[in-house]
Amino acid sequence: MNFSVLTSQFWSLCLSGLSLGLIYVLISLGYTMVYGVLRLINFANSEIFMVGTFATVWVETGLTGHTSNSNPLHGFQLVYTLLFALVVSMLASGLTAIAVEFLAYRRLRARGTNRLASLISAIGMSIILSESARILTHSRPQASPRLMEKTSFGHIAGANFRIDTVLVVISALLMFFALDRFVNKSRLGKAIRAVSMSEENAKLMGINLNRVISVTFLIGGLMTGAAAFFFMTVYETTKFNVGFNLGLAAFTAAVLGGIGNLRGAFFGGIALGLLETMSAAVLGSQWKSVTVFVVLVLVLLVRPNGIFGEAIQQTRV
Amino acid sequence: MKLTDINLRDKGAAIWEGWDRPRRTIFVIALIALVGIMPFAGNFSFTSILDTPISSYQDVLVYPIGMFVLMGLGLNIVVGKSGLLDLGYVAFFAIGAYTMAILSTRTHLNAWEILPIGMGLAMLSGVLLGLPTLRLRGDYLAIVTLGFGEIVRIVTLNISVTGGTNGIARIPNPPAIGPLKFGLMNSVNFFWLVFAMILLVIWMIRRLSVRRPGRAWEAIRQDEDVAMLMGVPTLRYKIWSFSIGAAVGGAAGVIYASKVMVIAPQMFTFNVSVLILSCIVFGGMGNMWGVVFGGVILAYLPERIRFITDARQLVYGIVLVVIMNVRPDGLLPRKKREKIKAKTGAKNV
Repeated sequence: MNFSVLTSQFWSLCLSGLSLGLIYVLISLGYTMVYGVLRLINFANSEIFMVGTFATVWVETGLTGHTSNSNPLHGFQLVYTLLFALVVSMLASGLTAIAVEFLAYRRLRARGTNRLASLISAIGMSIILSESARILTHSRPQASPRLMEKTSFGHIAGANFRIDTVLVVISALLMFFALDRFVNKSRLGKAIRAVSMSEENAKLMGINLNRVISVTFLIGGLMTGAAAFFFMTVYETTKFNVGFNLGLAAFTAAVLGGIGNLRGAFFGGIALGLLETMSAAVLGSQWKSVTVFVVLVLVLLVRPNGIFGEAIQQTRV
Repeated sequence: MKLTDINLRDKGAAIWEGWDRPRRTIFVIALIALVGIMPFAGNFSFTSILDTPISSYQDVLVYPIGMFVLMGLGLNIVVGKSGLLDLGYVAFFAIGAYTMAILSTRTHLNAWEILPIGMGLAMLSGVLLGLPTLRLRGDYLAIVTLGFGEIVRIVTLNISVTGGTNGIARIPNPPAIGPLKFGLMNSVNFFWLVFAMILLVIWMIRRLSVRRPGRAWEAIRQDEDVAMLMGVPTLRYKIWSFSIGAAVGGAAGVIYASKVMVIAPQMFTFNVSVLILSCIVFGGMGNMWGVVFGGVILAYLPERIRFITDARQLVYGIVLVVIMNVRPDGLLPRKKREKIKAKTGAKNV
């Protein structure tokens, strides 16, 4: 127990909690979007994230030609390397998500089988993905090159504003708001919301169900891929099983905010990131997941549908 | 005829319905005897194909096959019968195993005396976990139980009494019952022990299924709101189902710890929960024989294909996806049998 940390390093804990939380937000979108539409847990999402991290490593080492952090990039070269890695990571995750939907969900959905069957086939897909990655990398952790010098903007209110953390916070926020607008304003977003309200009625209104569901998986995958890129920018190493803990935390975040609810995922993710960082500082990092789950149980006791959750019938994505 | 239309379960049930009591008794005794001599099946040259590359066939029969069938049956009460998705079943297995490990190395209690304690502790934790969380529905319950499984593992990793990462070593084997010794070399006896426990659990489930709890679970699984309106105390029966399932897991844990003699937190990961759950769904949810069948296949397969060490888990994943797509109700499904019963009006067995 070390409560003095909370007062002495409050703002820097907040900042790192925020950047971790926003990564969780983006991953949990992969869970919450799919849940909103299908009412199914997308168990393979943690491996979709893992694919994104590997894609990032691959692009960054390919473009810079080295794996060490010997010479950081500057200016235009830095910007386009980062952007290119982001796009490739998002695409890799998005395409994996579509493949997962196609292989693990579509056939089962067409036959209207029980939910557990889809769960098991999704778990099967996640085993396939993580095992393939394990075999390809020989179980070794993969490090991405350090692209930029992680200089600090200086200390504001005692917190160390490092460039990568600030970058992650700003771009993740932008992405979330872009997605939020897309789902609430665009035609396709409207279709997604319609399907999540009632599959039957959406079908009657002439919405192509399969297409909308594929798009939902794609968007969830794109967001997860972005999260993978941000994760690699801050933490710089990945492994075949990196998705497990992060996926679990992101799923918890989605449940905390109310699964199937975009804004719920947003606040749930940030709350979880802050909670994990604070509890790791106070109790030691080995207890952070325990604290998180205890808080989750307490929250669910008071609000059984999550903090921002709505009744299942009115869930909006 | 499509592959998905084959339903062995219905055929078996139809044959069984056609038999009179003596014939059923003979069949059951023959079946028990047949399974009882299974450990010796690997002894002949033409059956040596059963042998698994690393551990001996007899060991594999105890763990994972026997243990997985046992735990699959226990989890089936929770998931298959009452429809509660539990993703942290390994927690109860771990609680049983650690009870055995701690008590046997620090006190003079032997495995038979610890068995009821381990089951009791697992049950208690089931009730404590169930009271707050069983009010939640479906997927929320799934994540909370998943979290519970992780918490138990993290706690065993980080407190001193469980030995941290190293776990606990030198756990004694159970003392002999009469001529049956339970030592390192007595896998056959362990198999018979686990088999007896499996039979006991099957018997218990069959009894419970036709009585009030079984009907309550079935009602809760089909529609909880309707069950509640019809006067079924749903929370109480859900907690019962949860704690009975937990007790079976705890018993499996005690026996497992006394068989392997060394336990460590990495034996109780989320993967084990997933594996047990997939045994149930793979074999046919809610149907006991399906669970037994699924458990045998899914436990044996990874051991048998150990020679392709690297791709072992990969093949396992592919098998899960393919089978679920081809037969989403599992290998021996329950559903159609119920339909047939409703059609022919056969009385409940």
